[in-house]
Amino acid sequence: MINYASREINCKIVYYGPGLGGKTTNLEHIYGKVKPETRGKLISLATETERTLFFDFLPVDLGTIRGFKTRFHLYTVPGQVYYNASRKLILKNVDGIVFVGDSQAERMEANLESMQNLYDNMSEYGYDLTKMPFVIQYNKRDLANAAPIPDLQAALNPGWEVEDTTKFRVAPDPYHAGENLVEQLPGGEWVERAPYFEAIAVRGDGVFDTLKAVSKLVLKALA
Amino acid sequence: MTAGNKNWSFTPDDFSAITDSLKRFLGETNSLCALLVDRSGQLVTTVGDASGLDTTAFATLTAADYSANDQLAKLVGEKDFASLLHQGEKSIYVADVARRWILVIVFDSRTTVGLVRLRMKAELDELTLLVDRIFSRGRNGAEPKPLLAGADDEIDKLFNT
Repeated sequence: MINYASREINCKIVYYGPGLGGKTTNLEHIYGKVKPETRGKLISLATETERTLFFDFLPVDLGTIRGFKTRFHLYTVPGQVYYNASRKLILKNVDGIVFVGDSQAERMEANLESMQNLYDNMSEYGYDLTKMPFVIQYNKRDLANAAPIPDLQAALNPGWEVEDTTKFRVAPDPYHAGENLVEQLPGGEWVERAPYFEAIAVRGDGVFDTLKAVSKLVLKALA
Repeated sequence: MTAGNKNWSFTPDDFSAITDSLKRFLGETNSLCALLVDRSGQLVTTVGDASGLDTTAFATLTAADYSANDQLAKLVGEKDFASLLHQGEKSIYVADVARRWILVIVFDSRTTVGLVRLRMKAELDELTLLVDRIFSRGRNGAEPKPLLAGADDEIDKLFNT
């Protein structure tokens, strides 16, 4: 939403993913690190045990473009399966998505379920996840039981078929040397993947890389 | 606009028409302030005395409150609850504007719920006309050039620091 009166560009970014995956931790780290004058309050609608009940919300200003302040509204959703009604509400009018996956091998099923749920909820609003700013964060990379990145990529980010023939050209992944975001598979099919980031959100590793990447994609979608 | 869905923008003319209308409403009902919020929780504008109010957080929570009540309405077989009232020493009256925006009126004992409610119908009609004007702009092909067209370099610079 562009507000010419207050000269602000407001964008909504939603952190999605399975329960206890680190979505709230991402926001808490951002809250702790950005200058107080460039962020608002961190609002948490959580249960007594600090599980997100409805959402967490943090507004941050990332700078000025063409005289307009770029203000990003960051939301998390409750990860637990049974909170789907509130999760879906948060997705309304979203501009960009971060999927926070839990790297632990035993959480693979929960990751897959949450990713499927994200696709389903988005399509119910008529949004196409493959055509909007979308990045994936593999969190908890420091844990001994973290699955290898290729396994996570194969399961959660295998790529979607590119239909637009003008996009039939290799697009290198700017964040990982030697990897591509758009490429042709041996079978001849062209696929595109979402950019991904490794993170240890409790230490802040990868948190800002993820935020910057999704914010940039959102602004570029306006350009 | 191209990002996300149902995005929109509005001009200084829209802005002054909206604020004039809300100022009139506040004057006639003796309410404290009015906030106009879009359905995704972003603040469109604030009119009146909102000092001491974290309007960004207020807007987000209003949209969440309204959306949750929308779903509650459906669960009891209602199409929607067109308005909500939270009463205290300071009260808030929340109403739907053309299924696009949410109008929040904050008031205290200097006025009454009855007066706010009475004037609300005419105010909502007025705002609905303005909303229709803003949202029909994209459909009739008169949408202005995207603000960030050609701003790729500037966007890159923003994130290289």
